[in-house]
Amino acid sequence: MTAGETIRLSDIAHGRSGDKGNHANIGVLAYTPAGYDWLRRHLTAEVVARYFAPLRPSRVDRYEAPNLLALNFILYDVLAGGASRSLRADSQGKTYALALLQMTIDRPENYAAMLRPGGNRHE
Amino acid sequence: MEQVRIGNGCGFWGDNLDAPLILAERGRLDYLTLEYLAELTMSILALQRQRDPQAGFATDFLDVLERLCPILRAQPNLKVITNAGGMNPAGCAAKARALLDRAGLSDRRIATVSGDDLLPCIDQLLAEGHPLANLDTGQPLADVRARLVSANVYLGAGPIVAALRQGAAVVITGRVADASLTLAPAMYEFGWAEDDWDRLAAGTIAGHIIECGAQATGGLWCNWQEAPDLGDVGYPIAAIDRDGTFRITKPPGTGGAVNCETVAEQLLYEVGDPSAYLTPDVSADFTSVRLSQEGPETVRVEGARGRPAPDRYKVSIAYRDGFTASGTLVIFGPDAPAKARRCGEMILQRLRRAGIELEQSNLECLGAGDCVPGVIPAAVAPPEVVLRISVRDSRRGAVERFARELAPLVTSGPPGVTGYTTGRPSVREVFAYWPALIDRTIVTPRVEVC
Repeated sequence: MTAGETIRLSDIAHGRSGDKGNHANIGVLAYTPAGYDWLRRHLTAEVVARYFAPLRPSRVDRYEAPNLLALNFILYDVLAGGASRSLRADSQGKTYALALLQMTIDRPENYAAMLRPGGNRHE
Repeated sequence: MEQVRIGNGCGFWGDNLDAPLILAERGRLDYLTLEYLAELTMSILALQRQRDPQAGFATDFLDVLERLCPILRAQPNLKVITNAGGMNPAGCAAKARALLDRAGLSDRRIATVSGDDLLPCIDQLLAEGHPLANLDTGQPLADVRARLVSANVYLGAGPIVAALRQGAAVVITGRVADASLTLAPAMYEFGWAEDDWDRLAAGTIAGHIIECGAQATGGLWCNWQEAPDLGDVGYPIAAIDRDGTFRITKPPGTGGAVNCETVAEQLLYEVGDPSAYLTPDVSADFTSVRLSQEGPETVRVEGARGRPAPDRYKVSIAYRDGFTASGTLVIFGPDAPAKARRCGEMILQRLRRAGIELEQSNLECLGAGDCVPGVIPAAVAPPEVVLRISVRDSRRGAVERFARELAPLVTSGPPGVTGYTTGRPSVREVFAYWPALIDRTIVTPRVEVC
């Protein structure tokens, strides 16, 4: 394992996103407890807010669901008006989970313990 | 009954028309639920009812019900619960009644649940000091009063339970919290009390998982390539035990997948604080449940905890907010994204030349990363992109003029502009969403059997 190598968030987590009015939610679920531990420490609300900065979230909240090895993010005011009013093709934030999962991260040291048991075909 | 099997065959108005039939035929169901009402569906239905007092409900339901009749004959104990009533549960029930009678099912009772429509008494409510302020912005409803189209309380499971107690085989509701469609039959069958918060949370969580149909059974799953035959996806079933433990599964022989990943992804779908998922029935704690794979297509969910329901109902309000139209052109060739943006600007420039400055417009180059604008840059130069240009304006005429300005670009823009085959974009009215809260005490759900 070489220092400086990177992986995608999708190597250690899956997710799903949708809308709540003009806000989007993104559930990010680790494949293993080690991955969840990494998410909790590194995938902070600030990191997610910075990643989605072009959408100009007014606020990002993060909730923990340890039973699902998951974090849930609420991105406020990112849908340009929400399902009814937004002029965007994706007015409901349906694509945001896949966008977040494409995030490049520094390869964690115990990376092998974070991978999906049985492999991961969704790349 | 020690276990009740509830299948959801419809996740929204527009969902697959065969799914409810396959589910009812092969799912060994006690209850079939059908969910039709997205946040703004009610506003569309409200306008339909304004034009025609017999209209204002989800007409797809009648098509489904007609095709369900042979199955209902073969399965005399199968019950149907749906929010297809929309803005006119009685109108929907009258049509459903005629349909069942024609099919020789006149013994099946139909019940309606209403009382969710606040619009008729909205001025009285405002006058009595219920501000119905916007939950997001705090703005008082009076600001948009003149433009209101619909205002509906999300009712809970209670009135559906009452309908089932009166012997209804088909329950047609107006606006009801989606999860309550599933919770209600479990409450009815097991006699769960209205303050048995853990059980109510279990039924609510089951309802949340199945309310979007195939999203629990392989739809949207990140590892969807592993789902066998997603084209023949089976819709979800919640098999709920008396103690609140339940299983998510799907009919045998159907495609898709039910595993801890599909169920956990759906648990978080459109959720805020997962430890306090609020419905009119309960505050359900999604962080309390344990998921385990019990069989190849069965996930067991147990340990649900709940807290008392909120003391106010959520109200979904819609108001008129101008007009919108959206059109696309295909732009091919070198520098396609830049060329597409120039094309979009030309359209707006020509509108300005005609004296129209649109209040809001948006240019997107689909194929160049604009789905999540600015977040994911295109890795390589795409050979073509779709230019999507969308506008909104309070003046219908301005939007209509816009709709006529795409076609000219096929001959008066750069080379490589094509794909203008679907015709002029259609102009539609915008209904903006206004979430609010109201005291439970002012709402009286009504149950009627026909």
